[in-house]
Amino acid sequence: MTISREDVLRVAELAQLELTPEEVELYRGQLDEILNYIGKLQKPDVTNVEPMTQMSFGGAEASASSGASSGGPDSDLREDKLRPCNIADAVLEQAPDAAKPFFRVPKVIER
Amino acid sequence: MSAATAWTVASIQAALRAKKVSAREITTEFYANIDRRNPGINAYLTLSRERAFAQADRVDVATACGEKLGPLAGVPIAVKDVISTAGVRTTCGSKILETYVPPYDATAVARLEKAGAVILGKTNCDEFAMGSSNENSAYGPVRNPVAMDRVPGGSSGGSAAAVAAGMAVAALGTDTGGSIRQPGACCGVPAMMPTYGRVSRYGLIAFASSLDRIGPFATNIADTAAIMSVIAGHDENDATSAAVPSPDYAAGIEHAVQGLRIGVPDEYFGAGIDGQVKEKVLAGIALLEKLGCKRVPLKMPHTEYAIATYYIVATAEASSNLARYDGVRYGLRVPGATLIDMYRKTRERGFGAEVKRRLMLGTYALSSGYYDAYYLRAQKVRALIARDFSEAFQKVDAIVTPTAPTPAFKLGEKTADPLQMYLADIYTVTGSLAGIPGISVPCGITNEKLPIAMQILGPHFSESRVLQLARAFEKAGGFTI
Repeated sequence: MTISREDVLRVAELAQLELTPEEVELYRGQLDEILNYIGKLQKPDVTNVEPMTQMSFGGAEASASSGASSGGPDSDLREDKLRPCNIADAVLEQAPDAAKPFFRVPKVIER
Repeated sequence: MSAATAWTVASIQAALRAKKVSAREITTEFYANIDRRNPGINAYLTLSRERAFAQADRVDVATACGEKLGPLAGVPIAVKDVISTAGVRTTCGSKILETYVPPYDATAVARLEKAGAVILGKTNCDEFAMGSSNENSAYGPVRNPVAMDRVPGGSSGGSAAAVAAGMAVAALGTDTGGSIRQPGACCGVPAMMPTYGRVSRYGLIAFASSLDRIGPFATNIADTAAIMSVIAGHDENDATSAAVPSPDYAAGIEHAVQGLRIGVPDEYFGAGIDGQVKEKVLAGIALLEKLGCKRVPLKMPHTEYAIATYYIVATAEASSNLARYDGVRYGLRVPGATLIDMYRKTRERGFGAEVKRRLMLGTYALSSGYYDAYYLRAQKVRALIARDFSEAFQKVDAIVTPTAPTPAFKLGEKTADPLQMYLADIYTVTGSLAGIPGISVPCGITNEKLPIAMQILGPHFSESRVLQLARAFEKAGGFTI
């Protein structure tokens, strides 16, 4: 058994999920089976293999058809220039509870 | 096929120009078909009639005034409900976004409309594109129009079904691990995943950002290419969109395929493949050889790790991307005594079982003490899978495999066993992890008349060649081997 009931509760807390007791039991079994399957990742030799953290294509390297990238600064990013973006009202329209220009949430700080 | 429309991009353009039909009439015809067929199939979640007819009327006015029409003028298109449409509800197949109306259009949608396309509505899908059968939608499953007791595949099941049932000429889907190609295979229509970065993800509601791609479904390769030509290209609103020129795919599809080297990897024909699928895909490869392609056997030794790698990388990214659904800024809010209480109650009620399962898996893989063993390890194995492909493409011009190991399965057949469901993507996740383009094309049917499909994969940014191969195959009768 890879994953315990306590693991499920800890992960649910990290993922901000409030699971029912039935869900805890169901997910424990299913995650256990899935993680056992995923255990096969320990088999291939990854010595000196750089992790592939993102896909990245520059104009020049694109034709060389090597899209793997281990990250790092990307020269293709556009200049970080401020542009007008007058969408606050449209965005707040979608909020379950807004008091323009704010989103309203339950009290966070007790005093 | 199952009553797919006879209209094509080309026939609509010709009919509009000859003033034999108006865009409004075509739009009306498709909504009539939707009204008739959608209640049984459940492919559409939201219809955007007002927007569609306004666009059709713009096309008709342009035609009447003798203006130049866009390349997709009057073409009725469906859009998967994870792609943002300004003013048209976009749910991601989830209760947590049941009432969400995006304030802006995805770039792909904006480009379609600019080209004259008529957006008919939003299609059903697995919740947040997580699934291989469309049974994870909060709004009920989609039925496969070819066989109503079967799944249409997933996650873009609604888009595939809409095209297969003549409820759209073409559709946009999204592919993270097979979610365009596999439903295309299940429903018997061509379905293309472009190179990562080829089509802007701006406005695509994120599932796994290093894997997500937007691509087309259509009834034929010329239409697939026509849609690709419109949606492809750099977009400064997506930092991962590639600054490379996009050719006119439609113009080049008749290019000869003679002499192309076709790689056939052993690993895609081993245990788990349905006998009839194997037979038809091998017949498809034989047809390509008859067209002058050279068959090259390949070994891709890391294929067996692809599903495990995918379900770590994709779920880890999802656990981060879906953290935004907290009841604060949009969508569902379930009141709670404290902020944390509100987050948890909202997410518990708003997310379905598969989304929760994947968020748990992804959170676990990223959590302290497990990061190196799972997430970092998966990223390294992903590099090995990508290397298998880059080495293969030193020797071959394209790779041909089955799209899915079996034809469309029955509704409910795999819902109790998530791991079995994940294995439906065994031949598609590899190309997703490597970032390369691929197309699924029909290659015959089973004894039970269920569609079978093969997948053509090419190096990064080789969509033109992939489409040329698909077109040559289609022209030679490959779709109905």
